[in-house]
Amino acid sequence: MIKNILNLGDAALYCDFGSDVNQEINSNVIKYFYHIKKLNLEGITNLTPSYNKLIISYDLNIHSFLSLKKKIENIEIKENNKLEKNLIEIPVCCDNNFALDIKRIENKLKLKSEIILEKFFSKNYFCYMTGFVAGMPFLGDLNQEMRLKRLETPRVKVPKGSVGITEQFCNIYTFETPGGWNILGNTPQNIFDTSNQSNPNLVNPGDTIKFYRITLDKYNEIKR
Amino acid sequence: MKSKDRNYFKILRAGINTTYQDLGRNNLYHIGIPFSGAMDKRNFQLLNSLLQNDYNSPVIEFAYQGPHLRYFGKDIFFCISGNVSFKIITKEGVIDGNSYQCYLLKNGDEVDIHSTNKSVYGYFSINGTFGVDYYWGSCSINTQAKIGTNNGNKLSKDLEIEIIDINNSFNERKLDYLGSTIENIRVIKGTNYDYFSVSSQNKFFKESFKITKLSDRMGMRLEGPKIENIVDPNIKSEGLVKGVIQITSAGDPIIMLSDHGTIGGYPKIATVISADYDRLVQLTPGSNIKFKDVSLEDAETLYKLYQMETNNLISQIK
Repeated sequence: MIKNILNLGDAALYCDFGSDVNQEINSNVIKYFYHIKKLNLEGITNLTPSYNKLIISYDLNIHSFLSLKKKIENIEIKENNKLEKNLIEIPVCCDNNFALDIKRIENKLKLKSEIILEKFFSKNYFCYMTGFVAGMPFLGDLNQEMRLKRLETPRVKVPKGSVGITEQFCNIYTFETPGGWNILGNTPQNIFDTSNQSNPNLVNPGDTIKFYRITLDKYNEIKR
Repeated sequence: MKSKDRNYFKILRAGINTTYQDLGRNNLYHIGIPFSGAMDKRNFQLLNSLLQNDYNSPVIEFAYQGPHLRYFGKDIFFCISGNVSFKIITKEGVIDGNSYQCYLLKNGDEVDIHSTNKSVYGYFSINGTFGVDYYWGSCSINTQAKIGTNNGNKLSKDLEIEIIDINNSFNERKLDYLGSTIENIRVIKGTNYDYFSVSSQNKFFKESFKITKLSDRMGMRLEGPKIENIVDPNIKSEGLVKGVIQITSAGDPIIMLSDHGTIGGYPKIATVISADYDRLVQLTPGSNIKFKDVSLEDAETLYKLYQMETNNLISQIK
């Protein structure tokens, strides 16, 4: 399933699963990720699965590129290995205070906000990967008519909990951070929990997300 | 603990970017948490060796200006690594301290860490252990994800730095070391090297880049000749590693450092080799850097040599 393994610098393997972004390729990445994680190989310092790549960082004192590459190439993964998938429901409030870019989305998509939100909430989303900042899930795919580019100028601060869309993807800002996605709501739910050391992420690669809409009152109630 | 038995520092001035650091945390990139850890690992290792601490003991890292601390408790030794100017203020008077040398502190004495010289990071620790919180096996403070002691925030004025253990069998030690600087930063070509025009590839290695003020523990932004992308200014978002150099849509290089975001969508032109990372992070804003292309095999050898050099320094501590 790995098409090619290159080096990324002198302490990481860059495993390429193909150039497209789709759930089939991504599921292969995730299968490899969980399999290698479970092997608990000495000297592996990080695994970073993404849409169609897996980066394996290693301790240069223990591995060299060629020796580790051989090890990874020899790993066999059965195609029919089933991915464990959880369905996670996440509340989102689309009150004007939270839907920071709804006007822009309306203009770009040439749709009324109610239609946009109806389309957004009518679908379940697949988690391709988590990261950039702690716990941020990259979800997809949005319907074709819901796709637009990032903001021309990214925000310096996107509020924590913001739910954004861009191209075929949506995400949740788990922390206040700079960002350029089009924000259409905010979740009161904590997506990343530092105090939960064994599983700090609410959403993990391979999971399915169902967003549901809540009122501002409900938002405040959950937040409390 | 009764208050009279406490040993601690009171922070009179916090300094800039003062945090607890150790070797950092592994195997969390997939949930979005970077390595963190001391930026300059050699100076981290030297400091713990000088103080006869465990190799992964917490230390205090500061950038440009360090903290001003007043000590309360029984006699203790401290040491500073990096190229650092500091004063020790006791009842007998004020003396200028030297890095890589251990000094005694008595109740009420102060350490005032003025600045790092022609470098960014310095390290402070004691012959003992600071009282820190551990998250995923590391005390390193990651201010972006709010992970670590002090709720993941920088250390601030009036905070007290708790000492939970003092090594009583400690004998004073020092190392004659002036630090190590570097002329060129050596890199390995990146996975998107062919996204850039041939003339830009040449410029990347022939011309120099200036380190801008937009540099911190997360990344280092450079400015210089614009690097022209001839394929696509974005790639499908994928993992990043420490030292990887991305080219932004504006054509400027940005080097990912220890607290970097784990995923990025800019093409990767090159990656700084592991042997040069400690010296890269010590380069100050305003200084110029030049990149030099090396092979993977050479990079692996250079890392071994760098580690041997560090071990050699550790063996010279007396």
